[in-house]
Amino acid sequence: MHLVPCPWCGERHESEFAYAGEKKSPRPLDAGSLADDVWIDYVIGRANPRGVTREKWWHVRGCGLMFSIERDTRSHEFVAGSAEAPR
Amino acid sequence: MQRYSIFSLLRNALSYHEGWERAWRAPELKPAYDVVIIGAGGHGLACAYYLARDHGITNVAVLERGWLGGGNTGRNTTTIRSNYLRDESIKFFDASVQLYEELSRELNINIMFSQRSQVDVIQTWPKLRDLRRRSMASELQGADYRLISTEEVYRRIPILADLQRSRLPVIGGAVQERAGVARHDAIAWGYARQADAAGVEIHQNTEVTGIARSPRGEVTGVETNRGAVRAGKVAIVVAGNTTQVAAMAELRLPIQSYNLQAFVSEPIKPVVHVQVNCPDAGMYVSQSDKGELLAGGAIDQASSFRQTPRYSVLEDAVTALIEMFPIFRRVKLMRQWGGTIEFAYDASPIISKTPVPGLYVSCGWWGGFKAIPIGGRTLAYTVARDEPHPLNAPYSLQRFDRLNFLMEPGTVTNR
Ligand SMILES: Cc1cc2nc3c(=O)[nH]c(=O)nc-3n(C[C@H](O)[C@H](O)[C@H](O)COP(=O)(O)OP(=O)(O)OC[C@H]3O[C@@H](n4cnc5c(N)ncnc54)[C@H](O)[C@@H]3O)c2cc1C
Ligand SMILES: [Zn+2]
Repeated sequence: MHLVPCPWCGERHESEFAYAGEKKSPRPLDAGSLADDVWIDYVIGRANPRGVTREKWWHVRGCGLMFSIERDTRSHEFVAGSAEAPR
Repeated sequence: MQRYSIFSLLRNALSYHEGWERAWRAPELKPAYDVVIIGAGGHGLACAYYLARDHGITNVAVLERGWLGGGNTGRNTTTIRSNYLRDESIKFFDASVQLYEELSRELNINIMFSQRSQVDVIQTWPKLRDLRRRSMASELQGADYRLISTEEVYRRIPILADLQRSRLPVIGGAVQERAGVARHDAIAWGYARQADAAGVEIHQNTEVTGIARSPRGEVTGVETNRGAVRAGKVAIVVAGNTTQVAAMAELRLPIQSYNLQAFVSEPIKPVVHVQVNCPDAGMYVSQSDKGELLAGGAIDQASSFRQTPRYSVLEDAVTALIEMFPIFRRVKLMRQWGGTIEFAYDASPIISKTPVPGLYVSCGWWGGFKAIPIGGRTLAYTVARDEPHPLNAPYSLQRFDRLNFLMEPGTVTNR
């Protein structure tokens, strides 16, 4: 895997992209009313799976799009057709 | 145990080195131990050794899914230094350097600790500011890390490229003179041999597949591919695999795994006498006693369990190596390999008891070879007494309960 499939540009070289971490659930709107452990897990918790995971990638040296995509952490291969761009 | 010395070497030479005793036993797996350590890397083996030496706990099994020292301990580039940023970390890593200084004698094995110094080559102003801050922090703690001039950098590394007319000229440097390298295998083998001699059992090809707990949640032992093993205390010391093993006890840790790679060249005449670290170029290199150039670069940018090199990352590191040392242009590379390292959220290690009674963890090691002696010793203390040693108290898991991060910015080649 040296190519990252950008939903806008198609496959581009990995060096154009920045990995932006695991895709998490949306940030809770009412953070102040959450139990501490729930909030802390939201902030620092990591699934870190050995296998397929959904991540954010940023085409920072290209079109600038931040999108999410599935990738296998064992092989670094992206799952074809899994990219989702924010609407 | 057979002692290693010049005389035993000579004596065994007479019998063509066929009479050496095995360095550790291969005993039968028993159904129960006082302590089970998961992972026979440097940290797990050192923990076993110090459990026996400092706490008299010898009914211990170290369970290793592969072969002893075959994880990151056998894959690393062996930089040993203590130029960290945080007071707690400088103290901790400096204590480790001091233990390394005594280790050959302590373990009766030549670990080839060579304190040849590490020189950082600085090419950008932000890096200069960063390392200046580190040198000031070091000075407060009495660690010997200081800035040096550009001339001094070239005096210490004469074959460094003349970069003064390039885009990123050398603008200064930093040096830690007590920094060094050691023989990776000797660390694993030395601790294994002494732990074994003290009564600890090391079981290779024994993979932990589950962690058993009582209805009240305490640890009662582990499941393995060779059957169940009971133990009141279990320590997870599995480098890049902590997330997966901790999940066996429903423990979720703020840890992420990454692939780090290194490569080695054919042997050449001695030309680099210090360890060279080029954080702005993204590469570090030292020359082994055999003459090979041992170099590494950055981690793969996304999290990974690959444990093999990726060409794009290797290419970046090699490009940086040639840029800094054009003289190596035609040197051939012999091998490259990868290992799974881990970062905790704040990039400081975790050596701690856990919310699961009887379960301990040592993880978050991205540069943990240098920490093996002190990491093993403080983990042993924590396991034996169920409370941290003053040196690893800052590395407890509880720091995350209040988001009290111990931010340790910057690995060797951080970018
Ligand atoms: C390329 C590279 C270069 C590095 N360079 C440096 C450096 O210059 N300086 C430095 O200080 N550090 C360096 N490091 C980091 C250093 O190697 C590690 O932090 C250190 O070796 C970790 O030791 P350990 O004992 O925790 O892990 P390991 O040596 O990896 O041991 C963990 C063991 O656990 C075993 N295991 C895993 N899961 C299970 C299971 N379920 N059951 C049983 N056993 C299991 C593994 O097989 C492994 O043998 C480098 C790492 C890499 C990959
Ligand atoms: Zn794009």
